[in-house]
Amino acid sequence: MDKGKTIRYSKSDRVFTYLNRVFLTFILIIVGYPLIYIISASFSSTEAVMSGKVWFLPVEPTLLGYEAVFNNSSIIKGYANSFYYTVLGTAINVMMTILGAYPLARKNFYGKNLFMGIFTFTMLFSGGLIPSYLLVRNLGLIDTRWAMVIPNAMGVWNVIIARTFLATTIPEDFYEAGELDGCSDIGFIWKITIPLSGPIIAVLTLFYAVGHWNSYFQALIYLKDAKLFPLQIILRNILIQNEVSGEMMRDISEMQRRQGIAELLKYSLIVVASIPVLVIYPFVQKYFVKGVMIGGLKG
Amino acid sequence: MESGRSHAQEDAQIKIRYGRNSAIRKMLRHWQLYFVILLPLTYIIIFQYMPMYGVQIAFKDYMVTKGFSGSPWVGFKHFQIFMESYQFQRLVTNTIGISFYSLVAGFPIPIILALSLNSSLNARFKKTVQMITYAPHFISMVVMVSIIMQLLAPRAGLVNNIMGLFGMDQVNFMGNARYFKSIYVWSGIWQSMGYASIIYIAALSGINQSLYEAAIVDGATRLQRILHIDIPGIMPTATIMLILSMGQIMNVGFEKIYLMQNPMNMSASDVIATYVYRLGLLGAQYSFSAAVGLFNSVINLILLVSVNQFARKYSEASLW
Repeated sequence: MDKGKTIRYSKSDRVFTYLNRVFLTFILIIVGYPLIYIISASFSSTEAVMSGKVWFLPVEPTLLGYEAVFNNSSIIKGYANSFYYTVLGTAINVMMTILGAYPLARKNFYGKNLFMGIFTFTMLFSGGLIPSYLLVRNLGLIDTRWAMVIPNAMGVWNVIIARTFLATTIPEDFYEAGELDGCSDIGFIWKITIPLSGPIIAVLTLFYAVGHWNSYFQALIYLKDAKLFPLQIILRNILIQNEVSGEMMRDISEMQRRQGIAELLKYSLIVVASIPVLVIYPFVQKYFVKGVMIGGLKG
Repeated sequence: MESGRSHAQEDAQIKIRYGRNSAIRKMLRHWQLYFVILLPLTYIIIFQYMPMYGVQIAFKDYMVTKGFSGSPWVGFKHFQIFMESYQFQRLVTNTIGISFYSLVAGFPIPIILALSLNSSLNARFKKTVQMITYAPHFISMVVMVSIIMQLLAPRAGLVNNIMGLFGMDQVNFMGNARYFKSIYVWSGIWQSMGYASIIYIAALSGINQSLYEAAIVDGATRLQRILHIDIPGIMPTATIMLILSMGQIMNVGFEKIYLMQNPMNMSASDVIATYVYRLGLLGAQYSFSAAVGLFNSVINLILLVSVNQFARKYSEASLW
């Protein structure tokens, strides 16, 4: 050891560093291994999966499972529906959230606390499932595409995150300067707020979009028409309730192989359903982290 | 701009009419802000406050033809029926049992993970662990539950395959009520521990660096630095998170439990939320299930308020 050049750690520190590394490696394996297993199983042959030969890498690689997934018209339709709900729903969400957050972030908004109170109380108490369902039904939204985007048009927690961001990043001086130049309070939204809130709009878009893509509960209670079903409902029917339609099994007659393909299809379907989110995940991870941190600031 | 002048004129007029500092003057001057918040406010009133008004059906015999206000009052009838029903005890026990188990097992783990990541010296390794552990958070509930079912399947499931290597017998995990709570809780921890640790990592990065320097000068070991600097440093965050999760005790995740439920594990998996869904939406017993739901929300609110009150008294952090 070259003394003086490197920092010398005491023995207990070295033991600690070692144990810490072991712990993190353990966590990494616990979380990562099942993910790898599922991906490998989805590319392996039915026999290999059923007889437990798949451990780490795909065994007897095949794309049969994926073929079955992409030959299924209801999965494709579900994909299209989910895409539609995600895009439309997120656009509505972001607009509503900014409209809610902007006045609440302004110092000159008289009665701000009252509005804040009205908003935040809904996070503590709600009417519950049944009254909400009856309301949506009375509004005639059941079994329409609107049922997927209107009842959840805005999240109060996200309004609070956005408000905190706006209040801390855009100084009131900007608005005062704008006012002298004759800009109205509504004009500020376009001219000051939106150009300066790129990061928070990114965070909101991601939070809302992932929420829409992954949600199934709203569709479960508000939609009866199979044409409108989002992907998650189709997934639930196939993956959890084992409703494998004949269409997927077209040219396989043998009972046992049918069972096998049904199992293989599940692994492929899990992968296909998660792809949109997992593909963008590495690029957007930092925005999610940012969103959580802004949420952590007490506004 | 033309509006600049009219703005000033308007202002002068308002000043003359309402005096210098009255509330009305302040409101009129920025009337546009009220216009902007109109749409979000309308949404909140319709989709959040209307259901609160509609919750009165819990005290009525709701009839579709008569609507919320026209149906006859029956007082606490539905609450009484619920509390006297043979399912009451099972539902409450399961609901509280599952949440309490989640809280006790799930609360410390993200903190430990954050402390461990924060103490990791290798930046690239740390990034990798963060990246992988955050990922399951983005998996949808439907996919998550099917992953659980695939991995725990009695035949050809990964867990049973591994157990087979050690000569253990196959176990039908999903078909046995005994395992339900543990599967629910530990799969939840698997999915959310990484993401839940972000907030603590943020709190740790906010700790004043000079504290560490002073501690190193004083000869504190790494473990001592965690115990005496890191842990006190994240206590306020941890307290807030604990209050928030205590306020969610009665709100067990309906989505996941409903998906994991099957006739064989019903005795451990039936909770208030799934009961409300089954009776209310599938069985159309609106008033009764609204009463059960209200019972749940009220207990939740009481819990949240009292835990917060307690935290205000005995610690520095609280929600309000």
